Amino acid sequence: MEKEDEELFVPRLVTTEENFASGHRACIGCGEALAVRHVCKALGKNVIIVTATGCIEIYSSLLPQTSWRVAWIHTLFENVGAVVSGIESAYKARVRKGKIPAKEVKFVGFAGDGGTSDIGIQALSGAMERMHNFLYCCFDNEAYMNTGIQRSSSTPYGAWTTTAPVGKKSIGQMTWKKNMPEIAVAHNIPYVATACPSYPFDLMDKVKKGVAIEGPAYVHILSVCPTGWRCPPNLSIELGRLAVETGVFPLYEVINGEYRLNFDFPELKPVREYMKKQGRFRHLTEDVIERIQARVAEEYLKLKEKAGVK
Amino acid sequence: MTKGKIVGLEGSFAVAEAVRMANADVISAYPITPQTHIVERLAEMVADGELDAEFICVESEHSAMSACVGASAAGARVFTCSAGQGLELMHEVLYIPSSMRLPVVAVVANRALSAPLSVWCDHSDAMAIRDIGWIQMFAENNQQAFDLTVCAYRVAEDKEVLFPAMVHLDGFYLSHVIEDMVMPDEEEVVGFIPEYEHPFVLDPDRPVSMGCYGPPFIYSETKKAQEVAFENTKSKILETWKEFGDVFGRHYSPVEKYRMEDARIALLTMGSSGETAMLAVEELREEGKDVGLISLRLWRPFPFKEFRDAVKDVELLVVLDRAISSGMGGPVCSEVKSALYDKRKDLNIVGFIGGLGGRDIPVKGFKYMVNRALEKVKAIERGEEIETEMIGIRE
Repeated sequence: MEKEDEELFVPRLVTTEENFASGHRACIGCGEALAVRHVCKALGKNVIIVTATGCIEIYSSLLPQTSWRVAWIHTLFENVGAVVSGIESAYKARVRKGKIPAKEVKFVGFAGDGGTSDIGIQALSGAMERMHNFLYCCFDNEAYMNTGIQRSSSTPYGAWTTTAPVGKKSIGQMTWKKNMPEIAVAHNIPYVATACPSYPFDLMDKVKKGVAIEGPAYVHILSVCPTGWRCPPNLSIELGRLAVETGVFPLYEVINGEYRLNFDFPELKPVREYMKKQGRFRHLTEDVIERIQARVAEEYLKLKEKAGVK
Repeated sequence: MTKGKIVGLEGSFAVAEAVRMANADVISAYPITPQTHIVERLAEMVADGELDAEFICVESEHSAMSACVGASAAGARVFTCSAGQGLELMHEVLYIPSSMRLPVVAVVANRALSAPLSVWCDHSDAMAIRDIGWIQMFAENNQQAFDLTVCAYRVAEDKEVLFPAMVHLDGFYLSHVIEDMVMPDEEEVVGFIPEYEHPFVLDPDRPVSMGCYGPPFIYSETKKAQEVAFENTKSKILETWKEFGDVFGRHYSPVEKYRMEDARIALLTMGSSGETAMLAVEELREEGKDVGLISLRLWRPFPFKEFRDAVKDVELLVVLDRAISSGMGGPVCSEVKSALYDKRKDLNIVGFIGGLGGRDIPVKGFKYMVNRALEKVKAIERGEEIETEMIGIRE
């Protein structure tokens, strides 16, 4: 598509309204900030967003400025699930008691992978189990990037981080990435999806579905972090695509327990293509890469089986 | 002039009644002994439609307070309660409503802290949260637990206050004991607590950013503003108690005095042990000792002026702590010493630690403290150092 065509058509597909203002302090090439921008476009104005401590909160809310053009609150690191529960309950009670008029407000939680799959998992699990009506977006950049690239349970196997360093006795992260979307699925919530800002329309569709559905919705968004992944910032979009095309991070939805693979490929690209562009995997030997390749293939097959894709 | 009817009620149920009459919108709590009867009663009220509230059965105390913060930020009147370990798990979150000016109301059924595990009363949990920036009050009996909870809503939600408020009641001693109390007419309680309206709630039509990130160039200023506002809450607390007294006929003050008019020796307690101490005061008076009793009703903001006034004619102050500040003695004793340091060099202050983990302090325990303190004064006069003594310990 020519540039002129883009200017003609894209505004018809996506709102030009920016509810997450530019001028924030995210690193160059931050996949997460891009994802937040897309998510906010999909959410619109009628929303209350709760954000965990982490990169998003730090780069968006430095006093006395804010990037949020919507109602927004941050309190702590590990309690997004609980805060959003409280807000949603407050709305329910106040509408029922006639204190405020009934209207369609969306309640949304934002957190990183640490705030979701590690320290915040309990509060999130509680909120999902109690079936509050909310959407939760996990922006997964695969480590504690805000504090300086420490490993989380969402860091992939073999990746270098500052607390899973490479050494004579270590290849970096020695454990496999926690499968957070599957943990969400296990709560029997109506909507779970994976997404990536390299596929912006897919991401926005999923956010819209997530907030439209009654009950908890969970969207796990792979957010490329050039700073922590040790890659050039101009590769952010490409790496997101490669994560999907290699099967490292498949894009799928689970709607009321039914799996749907959104992008399938006749043949996955080798994981090497995704990994070789990132400094965090640079130290890995062929045998480790093979091990990762085998695991990715196995997991992808399992997912295809669940989705009924031959 | 005391209006209402006399009922026999557990402290926990008295608190639940206050929350029901306050018509709380959101209750979020996690069960922990000895707070459980409060949440159970509230859950029943919600289940029976006696209270129209969302009851969030959260998965931890951390989430209990977090949900209260969210609900309060969204404009709801909220309630939670906890005790001991639960309050400690909540600790991190307790600073949020005070620094974000959200009028959460909480009740604590005071309990000891592990280890060893103890579900019984002391004030270790309360003393661990002295610096959270909440208005904190201590109840001496079930009537006060009810009254102070009602007052907590009115004070906390006042637009000139907007700070969270906490009522402490001793676990089991009050939470599980049935006492007679005056239950006021519901309409009068409802009339006493105005509708809650926070000026800056989370509202999509009027978006605000709450809980932003404060770098060094602005953090100190925000804390200063918070502290000035917090100290200003005291006048509202006094005003509320005054109006409560006018309406309901029960009068509260930050430092309550019993037989202090001519007292030269004062016992200082917090919570339910005050009533036992009163009996000790009577017996000591019969023995010719001019003893009185001071109970700290308001703990935060600390009532410096009222406290100094209360002890102005006292020569010996005997302080009971139901908690230990390890390596430092009793926390309450330390605080009252610091409150008097530059005011009363001539006053002897003798601290005792007792009543830990549910250990009773009988009347004779308080008499022992006074008599022992008189002995210690002699040691002080001889220039000897005195240590904080733990009472009732089997050697």
